[in-house]
Amino acid sequence: MLLEVTDLRVQFHTRRGVVKAVDGVSFSVERGETLGLVGESGSGKSVSCLALMRLVEAPAGRIVGGSVLLDGEELLDYSEREMRQVRGGQISLILQDPLSSLNPAYTIGNQVAEAIRIHQGMRGRELTDSVVEILTAVGIPQAEHRLKQYPHQMSGGMRQRVAGAIALSCRPSLLIADEPTTSLDATVQAQYLRLLSELQEKFRFGMIFVTHDLGIVARLCDRVAVMYAGRIVETGSTRQIFNEPAHPYAKALLATLPSLDSRKKRLLTVTGQPPIPINLPPGCSFAPRCPEVMDVCGETFPSKSSLGDRHGVLCWLHSPSHGSPPKVASQASHS
Amino acid sequence: MSKSDPAAALPEEDESRVKTRSAAGVTRFPYVSATVLALVLLVAILAPFLAPHDPEVGRLSNKLIPPLWQEGGTTEFPLGTDTLGRDIFTRILYGTRISLMVAVLATGLAGVLGTIVGLIAGFYRGWTETILMRLTDITLAFPLMLMAIVLVSVLGASLTNVLLVIVFLLWPYYARQIRGEALAVSELDFVDLARVAGVSNRRILWRHILPNVMPSIGVLATLQVALIILLEASLSFLGVGIPPPTPAWGLMVADGRDLLGRAWWVSIIPGIAIFAVVLAANLFGDWVRDRFDPKLRQI
Repeated sequence: MLLEVTDLRVQFHTRRGVVKAVDGVSFSVERGETLGLVGESGSGKSVSCLALMRLVEAPAGRIVGGSVLLDGEELLDYSEREMRQVRGGQISLILQDPLSSLNPAYTIGNQVAEAIRIHQGMRGRELTDSVVEILTAVGIPQAEHRLKQYPHQMSGGMRQRVAGAIALSCRPSLLIADEPTTSLDATVQAQYLRLLSELQEKFRFGMIFVTHDLGIVARLCDRVAVMYAGRIVETGSTRQIFNEPAHPYAKALLATLPSLDSRKKRLLTVTGQPPIPINLPPGCSFAPRCPEVMDVCGETFPSKSSLGDRHGVLCWLHSPSHGSPPKVASQASHS
Repeated sequence: MSKSDPAAALPEEDESRVKTRSAAGVTRFPYVSATVLALVLLVAILAPFLAPHDPEVGRLSNKLIPPLWQEGGTTEFPLGTDTLGRDIFTRILYGTRISLMVAVLATGLAGVLGTIVGLIAGFYRGWTETILMRLTDITLAFPLMLMAIVLVSVLGASLTNVLLVIVFLLWPYYARQIRGEALAVSELDFVDLARVAGVSNRRILWRHILPNVMPSIGVLATLQVALIILLEASLSFLGVGIPPPTPAWGLMVADGRDLLGRAWWVSIIPGIAIFAVVLAANLFGDWVRDRFDPKLRQI
């Protein structure tokens, strides 16, 4: 297993109280596998990703528990110095906005070179060659002529490719893509996704793809984790999630997908607002919006139920002890 | 991979953009003020070769000779002489050296100091920021001229002290501006990504944030040059600046203060010099701001 996150907990201390942005999240990624992390804004997708790189901003944010194993090494025990080697070397990141992902003051050649220089200590000709190589790999034509260009001279799609080149320049084993296609238009988006798959086949990295676009998930991801209010409420293979969604939230999300054959006039939405995870009441946080809510849902948080091969859900509907919750709330902290 | 990528055609829009902008009259190059400033710089460098007389020693027998075009003027002293018989033309030429030296050194030192403080405050935040910015606010609260007079009086009037006092009073302007910009730049994704790429904080600060606040530093510096020239001249005029007999323009204006009725040229001519250089520097500074200030930059 390349990455194994167990019971990760991240809290933010704000004036209004403690925000449990990530509240006991567990998932795993294998080499060459893509995990889709889906959920509404504020459900904790991005924070989970930042946390596993230990980039949650102190002093407000804090990783309060859990374990992050990368190739069997516990990242949460690493020193800041060791973490710097891991970041960029083993874990890389692509972000949403290709405009602010690149430093406007430097040429793209310069920026791609920076990470390679830091992690692999290359210089001169050798460095230039590997910069051109990686730029070519992400599909930038005439890469050697573009080394001297500045980000503002490129289109959004090109910039996002450069951002991808920087992320992949040191051959990371894990790539985190935080909505990398959200700000690209549809055709460029398709190209970029195809490129990511090709690169993944070539370099065999594991990928966490954060998105709220289920269409992309269906096309790109091997496995899916659905996040809601800081927890992963359902996880399984893409096929399992799309064909037999178990959690009402996952069902609702899938129902929002527009389909060509339906006669529905209006697009469906998940009604209500996601909760702000401050002082959440006990019980399931989706209960107020859940169409299949039961009495027990408001009282105790459901424990994880297994629905088969690596398909798990946090919902009373699928609990074997349906209607009779265990005395101790599930997901008790191991920390 | 992507054989027919639309972005492969290299965009070459820069030239047309510049054209539209000057057509709108926003950024017409200020030829007159640029020429004046270039001339001043040239004169400052070449003063010993251009000046016909000694700037600090005159002959009392030559005192208060009027300029060339007035009755009694001679070509030997084209702009007349002062009470000590020194050639005003020579002293004006040498005066450019004082003004420029103070302006350049003070701008540079205040700029460096203020930028470092601003960058550190804007990037590291927390207690560091609070302490540095309070310090900045306190310094900014001093009435500029009054504080300058007090400080130079206490330290003693000398070129070095004038310089130090001006630097001390002007660095907070940079600090405040640069802190804001550094704050904004640190929020951009490429800073996070640099961190993700394993770049150290110090390197992020100098390599990624500093270059992006550079235009602002340049704009502020050009606008401050005029202010500094004026400040130095005022201090010299008040007798707490450059000590005599150094040919500082402010000092020369002060010399002729009591003679305005009898010998106007002793103070008016250096006054015109101050006026011309400050105006030129201001106009040039305005152009630099219009052209390079990121906040005014059009797409």
